[in-house]
Amino acid sequence: MEFHYTIWIVTLPFLAFLINGLGSGKLPGKISGWVATIAIGISTFLSYQTAFQYFSSPSRDKIIAFKTTWLRFNDTLQIDMGVLLDPISVMMLVVITTVSLMVFIYSQGYMKNESGYDRYYAFLSLFSFSMLGLVVATNLFQMYMFWELVGVSSYLLIGFYYDKPSAVAASKKAFIVTRFADLGFLIGILMVSFYTGTFDFEILTNPEGLTFSAAASFMGLSTITWALLLIFMGGAGKSAMFPLHIWLPDAMEGPTPVSALIHAATMVVAGVFLVARLFPLYSVFAPSALEVVAFIGAFTTLFAAIIACTQFDIKRVLAFSTMSQIGYMMLALGVSGYGGEEGLGYTASLFHLFTHAFFKALLFLGAGAIIHAVHSNDIREMGGLRKHQPITHILFLIACLAIAGIPPFAGFFSKDEIIAATFVNHPIYFGIAVLVAGLTAFYMFRLYFIVFWGKEKTYENTPHEASTIMLLPMIVLAVGSMFAGFIPFGHYVSSDGQSLALHINWPVAITSVVIALVGITMAWKFYKTESDSSEKVARAFGNSYKSASNKFYIDEIYILITKGIIFQMISKPLAWFDRNVIDAFMNLLAATTNWVSSQIKEFQSGQVQKYAFIFISGVLIIVLSFIYANQ
Amino acid sequence: MNILISHIAVPTLTTLALMFASTQKQVRTIAAGGMTIQLIQSLVLLYLFLQERAGGNDAAVLFTQSFAWYPSLGISFDIGVDGIAVAMILLTSIVIFTGIFASWEVDKLYKEFFISLIVLATGVYGFFVSLDLFVLFLFFELAVIPMYLLIGIWGSGPKEYAAMKLTLMLMGGSALLVVGILGVYFTSDIEGVRTFNILVLGQHHIPVEMQRIFFPMLFIGFGVIGALFPFHTWSPDGHSSAPTAVSMLHAGVLMKLGGYGCLKVAIFLLPEAAHEMSWIFLVLTGISVIYGALATVVQTDLKYINAYSSVSHCGLVLFAILMLNKTAYTGAVLQMISHGLMTALFFALIGMLYSRTKTRIITEMGGLMKVLPFLSVCYVIGGLASLGLPGLSGFVAEMTIFVGAFEHEDLFHRVATIIAVSSIVVTAVYILRVVGLLLMGPVRNETYHNFPKAKWFEKIATVSLIIGILVIGLTPLWLSDMIRESLGMIVDKLVLK
Repeated sequence: MEFHYTIWIVTLPFLAFLINGLGSGKLPGKISGWVATIAIGISTFLSYQTAFQYFSSPSRDKIIAFKTTWLRFNDTLQIDMGVLLDPISVMMLVVITTVSLMVFIYSQGYMKNESGYDRYYAFLSLFSFSMLGLVVATNLFQMYMFWELVGVSSYLLIGFYYDKPSAVAASKKAFIVTRFADLGFLIGILMVSFYTGTFDFEILTNPEGLTFSAAASFMGLSTITWALLLIFMGGAGKSAMFPLHIWLPDAMEGPTPVSALIHAATMVVAGVFLVARLFPLYSVFAPSALEVVAFIGAFTTLFAAIIACTQFDIKRVLAFSTMSQIGYMMLALGVSGYGGEEGLGYTASLFHLFTHAFFKALLFLGAGAIIHAVHSNDIREMGGLRKHQPITHILFLIACLAIAGIPPFAGFFSKDEIIAATFVNHPIYFGIAVLVAGLTAFYMFRLYFIVFWGKEKTYENTPHEASTIMLLPMIVLAVGSMFAGFIPFGHYVSSDGQSLALHINWPVAITSVVIALVGITMAWKFYKTESDSSEKVARAFGNSYKSASNKFYIDEIYILITKGIIFQMISKPLAWFDRNVIDAFMNLLAATTNWVSSQIKEFQSGQVQKYAFIFISGVLIIVLSFIYANQ
Repeated sequence: MNILISHIAVPTLTTLALMFASTQKQVRTIAAGGMTIQLIQSLVLLYLFLQERAGGNDAAVLFTQSFAWYPSLGISFDIGVDGIAVAMILLTSIVIFTGIFASWEVDKLYKEFFISLIVLATGVYGFFVSLDLFVLFLFFELAVIPMYLLIGIWGSGPKEYAAMKLTLMLMGGSALLVVGILGVYFTSDIEGVRTFNILVLGQHHIPVEMQRIFFPMLFIGFGVIGALFPFHTWSPDGHSSAPTAVSMLHAGVLMKLGGYGCLKVAIFLLPEAAHEMSWIFLVLTGISVIYGALATVVQTDLKYINAYSSVSHCGLVLFAILMLNKTAYTGAVLQMISHGLMTALFFALIGMLYSRTKTRIITEMGGLMKVLPFLSVCYVIGGLASLGLPGLSGFVAEMTIFVGAFEHEDLFHRVATIIAVSSIVVTAVYILRVVGLLLMGPVRNETYHNFPKAKWFEKIATVSLIIGILVIGLTPLWLSDMIRESLGMIVDKLVLK
């Protein structure tokens, strides 16, 4: 089988980036949008072709479609650039190109009247290129490189409205927080390469072929566990896992289609992909690291779901929902074993990643259509929109049903597998997973009822239905949200490459659906018509409601660390120390030299009498001391 | 004619021609023409060098030539280059070329300005091609002295103070160098023949107890100009007072003489002492890296920001050199080149912005992206290179250093590496702070809308540097291989001990 063409999947968006970037401001009309869209369109076509070709063969081996040496460190370590095809990377190619294409098309309507249209498409293409490069990476270092590029494209897009101070602050925060996480990733890579002598995924993910030289340990955990924990730290940063999640809600400052693509469907799941990519390593060599993954995932999913119930910004609700859903995926990976039925969590996690991409992107694009119509992000200023935006309403409802896990929508199937995976021997995680399923249904339908039902608000301009070019991509994604669950996912993606038959675990499924329905009913009761019952509940919870709506004050801790500690308590004193101690010492040296020379310059006064006096006194002293010494 | 000699001849002839120029136009044309020729011949040198290597010529240095000066003392004008020197020469040519365009609008004593600038560059070229320690030191001083005049006359702010401070501190380093070089010269005496030739000295063994005395002298002597903590304080003052092109050349090239000297003189000739003492200097350079980065975070003057971040980045060069292995050395040289290009870009841009806003304090500016899109985008690219974004030169250099340093068998060195790696976060903090305050946000002042757009010579300067950053960032293999192949000599000596 020939897969050489797959290199074009990655390079085409890069070419679009170059054209739009270099031609910024010079390209006529809307040509930049079309260049980018056509490029990603061809990539999408090629990705489907790849998926078809790859999955139609029974083998699930890793295929190196392309590889070239990019930088050589020493005789064994080098960075290659290449394309690695295996079930998860092919699956990700499909997800990324599909959502990208939809967002690219949608943006032609959404960004129509914005200045910086070509800049927008340049950054968007850069993002798609980086994300595609990330998933097809053949080695850890290539992945790290594209990881950083993804981070910077996210930075550029969050700060797209760069004259808005809040957008600038949000972009900065996103970059610095993820950069801090990437520090862990980088140190982890260095440690892995030190002990294994390779960056290559082919070797690293083959548990039989791998041995660790010098299996030293530190604080009770083996070095490889530490290394994998540090790598997970990188993943947790990108995937907005607690406590590195603080950048994601603020990242909603970017244009809404960007949030759909980057902060919902693709980039934020990179952490899940990273753990899945190195899953054999985690599972075989560092099960304790995997426990941490499960714990962080479970905590985040619950934490974010609670916050999501209290937010009033439509995009922030969706952002916290994204966090919660990614926590789900992490949880599933964390409880998974390697191979066979044990590997259910692995398959479930990636299955959820796959279905989540459709309905979460749809939710964001729907939110974009609403924001476009209402000119506000605040759901308290929305209500009764089903009359004004009937199509958006239906599409949004589909996405809500999908994420709430109502059969037969896509979310039901993947979520069911996750809950089933925790059901086996993790009762606490099972409890959390079921609870979060209920919360998810509640906050999503809270949003839905407030926005589309509720009381009609007075709008400045009557809200209008989105244009066709915005609706089309949403319809495509809605079709995905409805039917993606029927794909026999376990047949294609499993932890060990063997086909895994997924079947619905009925007791689990019925529990989760019932819980979801309870959530929906509660939302319906509280929010369908404007009533004060929601206020009452909020008041009943009192302080805990307040702290949840303030996101449990994690942001304040971030401010304290960056502003209070690093800026005020370390950097300022250091800068002072440099000027007033080290530099002052240098100045003191100079001053001393000056002083000494001014003291001794009298010796060279030019007066012969003085010279003679000193000379004779010196001779006398020497002579006397000799006489004295010889006595 | 030998291409290395012509590398010294072209700037010398340019200087001579400048003496006879009268109008500003003539001065500009001659300076720009001379340095364009210089840049072209540096590219030719690179091409010829790669051709020779591809043809199987694996001599330690190529294009050698030797003229006896003082045979009785063993001083001779020996020149030749290896891959490292070729790379550094090319860096110098790019920086001086762009420096000429960045100082296009100098109108005070313009003739003398360009003459001093090019004399300075001549010294740098001489330093890189020399194989004789005496000649090397001679050119080193030739590069440092014009700096005094350039800052003292054309500088800004407390320029006399800054010029004096910079010169005196570098002279202090030179004093140590003289003693160190003479020490090497006198202790390596074999069969009554004395020589300053580095290659010959390298074949001789210097007694370890002598190495212990002279290694710190040479390392600190070169380290002063490489901004080794705590001898770095000339850098903020010197850079902030210096005119644009001088800052570019100084931070871009002169600071690299330090790293280059440490590697090719101190470590190469005194390997045992380097092994023994590396940990002391590792602590100092580790401090440079983190301390420089943290001190940058609170600076408000653009030039101070760049000066302190240079302390951090150049600290990384010396840090890598002390790791004493091939990968780290490669990273050190890559970092010298990468930092040279991006710091020159920064200083050039700072000069261009200053000529419009008349201030360098970032809190007094804002929203420049809207009014000066070209220069702002260049600044962002420089910033991204500085914080190590893949695809730009900084990433290649830093990653090579980190991977190389982490290869070290001692746990101490690996822990030090982890601490140094954490500087990448601090770097991101200060770069984004500057970008956020300076370029983004609403336009600070209505008069900003009247700023002239980027002029053609400004575009030449910035674009040339960005091309350099991109070429290294996107296709680093040829450069890193060229550097690696030249390190065999130094590494072999370390292993032999």
